[in-house]
Amino acid sequence: MDVNFKMDKPVERSLLDTTNQNIISRPLDRIEGPLKVSGRAKYSAEFKLPNMAHGVLVGAAIGKGRVKEIDVKSVEALPGVLMVVTDTEKFLRNPAQGMDTEAPKQGVTSIDYFGQPIALVVAETFEAARNAANALSVTYEDAEGRFDFDARIDTAKPKKDSEKNQGDVDDAMRSAHANVDAKWTTPSQSSAAMEPHASLAHWEGQKLVLYGSYQMLSSNRLQLADAMGLDPEDVRILAHYVGGGFGAKLGIGPESVAAAVAAKDLGRPVRVVMTRQQVFEATVRRSNTVQHLQLAADAEGRLTGVSHETITGNLEGEDFSEPASAATQFLYSGANRRFGNEIVLMDQVLAGSMRAPGEAVGMLALEGAMDELAELLDVDPVELRKRNIPERHPTSDLPFSSRSLAECLEIGARDFGWSKRKSAPASTLEGEWWIGHGMATAARSNMLIKSSARVTLQPDGRALVETDMTDIGTGTYTILAQIAAELLGLPIDAVDIHLGDTNFPPASGSGGSFGAASAGTSVYLACEKLRQTIAEKLGGEVEDLVLSDGMARMGNTSEPLSELIAEPLEATATVEPGETGKAFVQAGFGAHFAEVAVHAHTGEVRVRRMEGTFAAGRILNEKTAISQCFGGMVFGIGTALTEDMMHDHRYGHIVNRDLAEYHLPVNADVPQLKVKFLEERDHAANPLLAKGIGELGISGAGAAIANAIYNACGVRVRDYPITLDKLIDHLPDPKGL
Amino acid sequence: MHLTLTVNGTEHALDLDPRTSLLDMLRDHLDLTGSKKGCDHGQCGACTVLLNGRRINSCLSLAVMHEGDEITTIEGLGEEGKLSPLQAAFVAHDGYQCGYCTPGQICSATAMLGEVEAGWPSHVSDNLEDQPQLTDAEISERMSGNLCRCSAYPNIVDAISEVGGGRK
Ligand code: FES
Ligand code: FES
Repeated sequence: MDVNFKMDKPVERSLLDTTNQNIISRPLDRIEGPLKVSGRAKYSAEFKLPNMAHGVLVGAAIGKGRVKEIDVKSVEALPGVLMVVTDTEKFLRNPAQGMDTEAPKQGVTSIDYFGQPIALVVAETFEAARNAANALSVTYEDAEGRFDFDARIDTAKPKKDSEKNQGDVDDAMRSAHANVDAKWTTPSQSSAAMEPHASLAHWEGQKLVLYGSYQMLSSNRLQLADAMGLDPEDVRILAHYVGGGFGAKLGIGPESVAAAVAAKDLGRPVRVVMTRQQVFEATVRRSNTVQHLQLAADAEGRLTGVSHETITGNLEGEDFSEPASAATQFLYSGANRRFGNEIVLMDQVLAGSMRAPGEAVGMLALEGAMDELAELLDVDPVELRKRNIPERHPTSDLPFSSRSLAECLEIGARDFGWSKRKSAPASTLEGEWWIGHGMATAARSNMLIKSSARVTLQPDGRALVETDMTDIGTGTYTILAQIAAELLGLPIDAVDIHLGDTNFPPASGSGGSFGAASAGTSVYLACEKLRQTIAEKLGGEVEDLVLSDGMARMGNTSEPLSELIAEPLEATATVEPGETGKAFVQAGFGAHFAEVAVHAHTGEVRVRRMEGTFAAGRILNEKTAISQCFGGMVFGIGTALTEDMMHDHRYGHIVNRDLAEYHLPVNADVPQLKVKFLEERDHAANPLLAKGIGELGISGAGAAIANAIYNACGVRVRDYPITLDKLIDHLPDPKGL
Repeated sequence: MHLTLTVNGTEHALDLDPRTSLLDMLRDHLDLTGSKKGCDHGQCGACTVLLNGRRINSCLSLAVMHEGDEITTIEGLGEEGKLSPLQAAFVAHDGYQCGYCTPGQICSATAMLGEVEAGWPSHVSDNLEDQPQLTDAEISERMSGNLCRCSAYPNIVDAISEVGGGRK
């Protein structure tokens, strides 16, 4: 039984609001939790296949040029070494971008960035392979590299179709009562998921099986098949557990093809795990950005002009450019508008998606500019935002599907105690610390992506859900079980969830905050179909069917599901985006509030309090949703204060390519965060009436901290991250207070 | 090189390449993949195990240095149905997301609670003499060697705080 559903018109009534099982939305523990906390959940590098060999990648030691020779003989005789793979045609120059359906650029004779994988050394043991990889002698022909972004900024070229113009922003700026016109810069960042990229490849005849640490298996399969010259049917990818992704594992990485080639040549399974340094150097980064923000407002504090122009970098042949104005385009009103992206060609590791590509750094600029504008207008920052919430999309005039932004701002402000804030900067000194408060709006577009799942009701009364969806820490296992349990009237432990295998129906994958809603809807639809079949078996209308505690009831008849079903009952469902995606602006919204302390002598910044109030349609599991928001907010702390991937301008290498030098927030950097969800249903989004949550928490978070820093000490830093060296020379004299 | 050591109460006799780290010994030779490799450089804490009761980064230690030692990994602390109090608290408080840093967090926290009980001061302790209290600040400080990119920190602190006797 197959169901195909296209989201062409709003769903008036969701089954989830009628079943009354009290399972959906509840803050249930993750169903795979015991496996994770006991070390029994297996990640890609942890499968052990008989006769498995170990591969270690070798990255280019120059930033631009050509490989002249790889002296394979220099290591072949080392004990344990099996082979050196130098497949210059098949090797990936860089990872695939998320949702690509083809292989990325292949071929590695020319070097386009420092660390680009050029060879794989395979040995009997990891120790032997690592040693030989270090010993491999390579000669290069150096070429002039494009390593200095700032020096090349004038060569930026417009990104195709990114320019949008409405009215006359320049005129609006000239005639404004108050305006902000400034540049914000953000550095390259690394997703730095704790599990390094890993692939374990083996061949079953002509079929390739890959345990790969990836987020989107159905498109990863197409990428890998294309790269290897295989039929997608002959490629199987498995990823039962993924140790974080945040965008870095959206597309296949160079280790996958290297492992597949080696396994084929050797006739043995080959495991390749990237080193942490290789993850930094040879996977994907969030591009650094230069963002020019212009806001014009009238005397009442209503925006008359909004301009957000962004310059980013990327490799030749790649057209991804961080869409920093994504939320700016719909968040606030203003008749005159201008947006655009430009790309500077750089010989640097691939730039692509990292958690909330666009909003994550775009809102640093927009919400910083709004804070500056509020001060110029002498309007409270919360009030300024509320005043500029547009009725409909300021350009397309489309309605919003659901938007509780004003409520988030109000409730967030109340809970935080915003009214007690002193609006004049540098007003509060506690001991040696300046204390300040800041806020920012959160907004992140919502999407629905084609996704399929199969749900089977077993004669023993258990349900099985199968889809190639992944759980990268997002809670997929648990929320899919909640949806199935809620709709089939089963206890949650009577539902088995099988994910992460391309043998199952293809899912949306995890990315863009669309996973829960897309994969969740496919499970919903399959369960809806099963309910219909059960109703037919009972000879009644599905509207009268009640499924509860493993029992099926219809009027006065009541039967255990296990007795009703003699044969496994199966339904496969597919959801596709449709007209509602075009007819409505869909986004999650929220408000961030932060309290920081800035050391009066050193400029050290501590985040003391941080609260997020969000509305994203139905929350599918309150516990995992809060964790997702925590995660986003902490990314915001890192973005605001510490994360800065530094590219060397002379040789092109990444200077801080490990976790000691690239500073992720640690436990001591994070206070006890608070998250609150407002009740909301989005009827245009999907039948679950839910919107994405994974990226909403990061959008705007860093700006709230930056604005709090300004409020604390009166220093406005527009160059992220706000490290103490950028503050120390400008700190006010605490003696005056 | 030949090596005899005890892991999770079981004695193992192994012949190992002397370059094998304690972490790789556990993961590749004993199939105890609960200890994770996040950096292989002592920078993330994902590989934390207990060495004769004390927490160490197993990636920074060679296996052959551990003749006669007793190692406890996450697998030795508990299993499904028999979770240790900290393991159960991590589940209840959602002290993880992807789960990759989690075994390291839990091994680290297990030893950390003992360190506090034994009166070891930390950078945020008021002084060096008094018995430190298990405040949120003490937990965060003492757990900052264990990175979590999913950023479950607030929940990790909640879980540890509960097992350590409640909020101070
Ligand atoms: S793997 Fe040992 S500290 Fe990171
Ligand atoms: S749970 Fe994913 S890194 Fe901590």
